[in-house]
Amino acid sequence: MSSILQEIEQAATMGPHALERLVAQTTFPRVEGRTVTFLYQGDGQEVTLQHWIHGLPPSLPFRRLRGSSVFVLQVDLPPGSRMEYKLGVMMYGRGALIRDPLNAQSARDPFGANSVVYGEGYRPPEWSTEDPDARPGSIEERTIDSVAFGEKRPIQVYLPARFRRTRRYPLLVVHDGRDYLGFADLQHVLDNLIHRLELPPLVAALIQSPDRMHEYAADDRHARFLVEDLVPQLEAEYPLVKHAGARGLCGASFGAVASLHCAWRNPGVFGRLLLQSGSFVFTEIGDHGRGPVFDPVVAFVNEFRRAPGKPSEQVFLSCGVYESLIYFNRSLVPTLQDTGMAVRLQEANDGHNWENWRDRLRDGLTWLFPGPLWMVYE
Amino acid sequence: MRQPKSAIRRAVVLGPQRHVPIVRTAVESLTSSRRAPIAFVSAGWEERESEDGEFRDHMQRSVLNLEIWGRVERIFAADPELLDAMRLRHDTLRRLQELYRLRLEGLVTAATALLQHGGDPSLVEPETEGAIAMLQALDREHVDRIAAVHVDFEQRFHPGERDSVVAHRRELEHQLASAAVLCIAGGHVGVLLHRLQLFDLLTLWGDRPVVAWSAGAMVLSRRVVLFHQAHSSAQGVVDTEVMENGLGILPGIVPLPHSKKRLDLRNRLSLRLLARRLQPDACILLDDGDRIDWNGAEWHPHRGSRRLNAAGEVLEESR
Repeated sequence: MSSILQEIEQAATMGPHALERLVAQTTFPRVEGRTVTFLYQGDGQEVTLQHWIHGLPPSLPFRRLRGSSVFVLQVDLPPGSRMEYKLGVMMYGRGALIRDPLNAQSARDPFGANSVVYGEGYRPPEWSTEDPDARPGSIEERTIDSVAFGEKRPIQVYLPARFRRTRRYPLLVVHDGRDYLGFADLQHVLDNLIHRLELPPLVAALIQSPDRMHEYAADDRHARFLVEDLVPQLEAEYPLVKHAGARGLCGASFGAVASLHCAWRNPGVFGRLLLQSGSFVFTEIGDHGRGPVFDPVVAFVNEFRRAPGKPSEQVFLSCGVYESLIYFNRSLVPTLQDTGMAVRLQEANDGHNWENWRDRLRDGLTWLFPGPLWMVYE
Repeated sequence: MRQPKSAIRRAVVLGPQRHVPIVRTAVESLTSSRRAPIAFVSAGWEERESEDGEFRDHMQRSVLNLEIWGRVERIFAADPELLDAMRLRHDTLRRLQELYRLRLEGLVTAATALLQHGGDPSLVEPETEGAIAMLQALDREHVDRIAAVHVDFEQRFHPGERDSVVAHRRELEHQLASAAVLCIAGGHVGVLLHRLQLFDLLTLWGDRPVVAWSAGAMVLSRRVVLFHQAHSSAQGVVDTEVMENGLGILPGIVPLPHSKKRLDLRNRLSLRLLARRLQPDACILLDDGDRIDWNGAEWHPHRGSRRLNAAGEVLEESR
């Protein structure tokens, strides 16, 4: 038994004041080596830890200490891990999912926020936080006239600090761009990596689909939107390098599927792919079991595995080992390598979430677009 | 590429100047005149070229910033044909560098494996020599290939004869006439080299004294060698590349600025490969406070200056 669990149990036998003192003096969840101790104190009748780690039961029950309103749970968490979670508190037959009241750390996503616990050795990357020395780029609102979708599509365009028209810039198209800005600190990441010369000054087109679950699911209209609408209009408006090696697609989850699908449909257009936790589900036999929204994705990935062609030049994949998608991402690597593309897969002790994707941006972006650090000698 | 018609008689090569500036002392050792201004090139810093306040404060004498970067920007605005041609050349150079890197990876891997091979030296050493010779041959081939691109560019676009360039060159000649010493700062080594080449500035300068540091020193040497062993994984297995010919007025050395930051000085194997590959030139480590002097015939390192020997050891000048 870990020392903190002993302390909790001892305090519980000494009464509520002792327990309050312990809680006030201790940070929960408490990380000791690979063991994380969660504590909940309240009127619930049943408390569970709800998480998204593939391989563990999705709901882990807390143990109530006898004669108290204290619930505890210990979980094995490997070093360097991040785990997002919520507490399920059942009271009078009604359940509620809440953030851990004792944990101030949270991670946001488009659905709200989760509590997050860091395994031993994990630190949020300093290059993703605001650096006062890094001159910030700017973000412009633009509209793309889309023939593919038959409507105007708003996008945002990131321009690097000291942008000038006599220079030419690589282009990175980011699926779910607003979410990357909001939940993966993309602007700080770009500002900092450009400032540190690890990334060349680049223009990023931040696109946001109104119906990503369909348009990003290997939809030919979306591929046409990128290649026939977005890129030509951006190249007409901004000084961009016009070759595949200076054009990248980036996306997470279905955004990664959309990126690979577009490159596959249009080889030679995008030479750099950053695919994060791609939903590259395929079937060898039978049904994929993930619901109808995955039907076009699975059809595409199955077809891609049969005839991958050579969609791009360099591909950086990242995926959390706590995601069920790790199997599909690992499986995709040999297929991608066989095409002759340069391929890297980076795995992380993390799940299917925005901070995982943020944490992988530096290695992915700087490999795909090496900055002028190599060329600058102060 | 045009090589400058210049044989510098006196030059000083320094380590980085940001934290430990010694350029004033170096300049004073080259000229007795306090009145004559210093000509200053900071084109490697691109749009920050004109942010030269710290340099002026340190020098405490008249400084003429030649604004080489800004001049080229104005030329591009006035001469779009030249801009397009230089962009095209830039793309070609970049692609060639990528192709060179592909060839380099295998040779670096092989030479590294042989250098750490523990077998019978009579068997291994000739193989190692051969592997390093292949690396050197590739470096030479690459430099020749790049030089041919420059020659083609010169022949097709005659940059030095274009009205837009000639006018600026005339102005520069006038500015340089009164200057006592030319100081060339660091920054982006490719930008600095190509913009100096456009004006053939070192020919205008002639044989008068020069002080250069970091990228400034790199562009004056025979070959521009890019290196960053401490780089993030972005560059892959290759940590040293030859970019192209330098201006070639500082013979016999490969300046390695910021060596403490950019080289893994504990990695003897990697340093050994670096030193042997770049022979016969000497690898000079240039960090804060470092200085070596050229007198037109030979180099004179100052006390504490460091270089690599063929075994990958760092030798420090004790004189």
